Amino acid sequence: MKRIALLGMPNTGKSTLFNRMTGGAARVGNWPGITVELLSGKILLGSDMVEIIDLPGIYDLHGFSDDEQVVRHFLHDNIPDLALVILNATQIERQMSLLLQLRQLNMNIVVLLNMSDEAKKYGISIDSKKMTEMLGVPIFLLSGKYGTGYQEALQAITKALRYPTPGMAEQLRSQLEQDEHIESEMARVLKHAVQVPAQLPENLTDKLDRVLLHPWLGLPIFFGIMYLLFQGIFLLGQPLQGWVGDALGWLRVSALDPACAGLPVWLSGLLLDGIYNGVATVAAFVPIIILFFLFMAMVEDSGYLSRAAFLMDALMAKMGLDGRGFVMLLMGFGCNVPALMGTRVMRSRSLRLLTMLVIPFSLCSARLQVFVFITAALFSPKAAPVVLFSLYLFSFAAAIVTALLFKTKFKNNEPFVLELPPYRFPTVKQMLLRGWLEVRHFLQRATQFIVAGVVLVWLLTHLPPSAAPAGAGTLAGMIGGLLHPIFAPIGINEQLTIALLFGFVAKEIVIGSLAVIYGLSGDALGHALGQQLDWVQAYSFMLFTLIYTPCLSAIATLHNEAKDLRYTLFALAWSLALAWAVSFVFYQGARALGY
Amino acid sequence: MSALTLAQLHSGDTATIVAIHAEEALHQRLLALGFRSGKQIELIRKASFSGPLQVRIGTTDILLRRNEAAKITVCRP
Repeated sequence: MKRIALLGMPNTGKSTLFNRMTGGAARVGNWPGITVELLSGKILLGSDMVEIIDLPGIYDLHGFSDDEQVVRHFLHDNIPDLALVILNATQIERQMSLLLQLRQLNMNIVVLLNMSDEAKKYGISIDSKKMTEMLGVPIFLLSGKYGTGYQEALQAITKALRYPTPGMAEQLRSQLEQDEHIESEMARVLKHAVQVPAQLPENLTDKLDRVLLHPWLGLPIFFGIMYLLFQGIFLLGQPLQGWVGDALGWLRVSALDPACAGLPVWLSGLLLDGIYNGVATVAAFVPIIILFFLFMAMVEDSGYLSRAAFLMDALMAKMGLDGRGFVMLLMGFGCNVPALMGTRVMRSRSLRLLTMLVIPFSLCSARLQVFVFITAALFSPKAAPVVLFSLYLFSFAAAIVTALLFKTKFKNNEPFVLELPPYRFPTVKQMLLRGWLEVRHFLQRATQFIVAGVVLVWLLTHLPPSAAPAGAGTLAGMIGGLLHPIFAPIGINEQLTIALLFGFVAKEIVIGSLAVIYGLSGDALGHALGQQLDWVQAYSFMLFTLIYTPCLSAIATLHNEAKDLRYTLFALAWSLALAWAVSFVFYQGARALGY
Repeated sequence: MSALTLAQLHSGDTATIVAIHAEEALHQRLLALGFRSGKQIELIRKASFSGPLQVRIGTTDILLRRNEAAKITVCRP
């Protein structure tokens, strides 16, 4: 029986054509020379039965991917009477190379240029007669979709089968064997230097996955791990934060105050109450930030994030997102900016835009500082971690509500296919390096924004000089008064309003600017806040801080990635509106309940 | 030919990939991850709430959703 081999690059409509020719009556079979099974079918062509074999799609006859080797070995050991080469007409300039490689083998060839209808739509015109002349092989235009050219091609195939393969089998084999030399060399090196077991023994990853990806325990374990991590950061970080704060306060009293005693009052005020207080208050958070990024680096490098994507994909799909989006949200806990850039792996623009719309609700490390400070000032040590955790829940809730509301606007059907790496235990060195890089990034940002920010806040709260510092007569007081009608219904006073204005630039400034506004730092600032605010006001302030835009860099990144001003403005307006609405409902609700 | 797809397998099943009926972009992605006709594939587990599948080809573990898995026809040995 004569044999026809179907050859072509992936996605040329080869398998569709194969199904059409064989009428779906195909079987899976073994062939000499190769270990994988191939589909084949028998059909009646003219008066003879012939067998058609669907070879794997390949890009390069001389390549060394698995499929390319399979095709070569098949041709070597089962020389077909006819090679039916299917090329995608819309990509003819890229696919011609495979045809020329096959022609060099001097086999009996018939070429089908498939998807010719599509090529015509792209304005690609192919002169098949001219091409036939130049290449010396029969070429036919085909539209698998509409079935045009199919009968003509079948006749040409029937005709071509009457003639024997022009080339000598020996020649063909020796050509293919040149590549086989490379193959055997590869195999020899791999065999002696590399060992891969046929069946992987059950390893630690499998054992861990059986628990961590358990159908019912997986999700509770995941949330348990997250809760413990944040608890750990809080419990370990707070004493460190206290020590750094005390050290910086001691430095001021014992060294800086005497050193600045000779300076004019306004200058020592700017330097000490402005810059030093502001920066010192922020600097006290460095230990917590270091711990936070060390823990994040550990989780990220361990391979557990992909497991989180596996566990959460079903729920994310209901929100129009996917498991990767959930991983981005988690990464956003560190910093929203890289998380926003991480969405580049998504091909569908709608999915990307929807994911980028929810990432800014991730409670990033800069916002964490604000919350750590305020919860410590207004809540008991026992309640503080729970309050903090509740803010993480609000962070998720804001993302979920946003995705649910807008998923129909950003519809997509992006496939979700992800490699699952084995668990890796990061080395101490890796973790320290990652932690250090993140801390350096944080310090760069902090110094850029915070020094400028606190100086600006100091100026706003001390100008004009005639007004009492931070009083209603200063620039800051005026701005606060102007915005008062908006922020009063959500329980945010004028001083906090100024801090929120600066928080728009970067959340790292919020506590620093409060330090400048109140002229206090560290614990003293905490006491002042604790006396002025009750917990309902403070929580409302934290909710607003959590939900309204992360920072200027995040907005800039969002705009850069989306390249759509309307989208950026929409994201901005939505987060402001949601922040106000949530704070309003919380504040008024709590007051109505008598708190 | 039976129309068994990867999505219909049970956890722990091993099968051979027969064909991949996916659009260009997904096909490329699957190829890059080692999905080829003739390859052995093992279904490790399915996530709850109709979540994604975890499959193993050679030494690589891959996650994919059930509707993507439905585009991959397989046959059991």
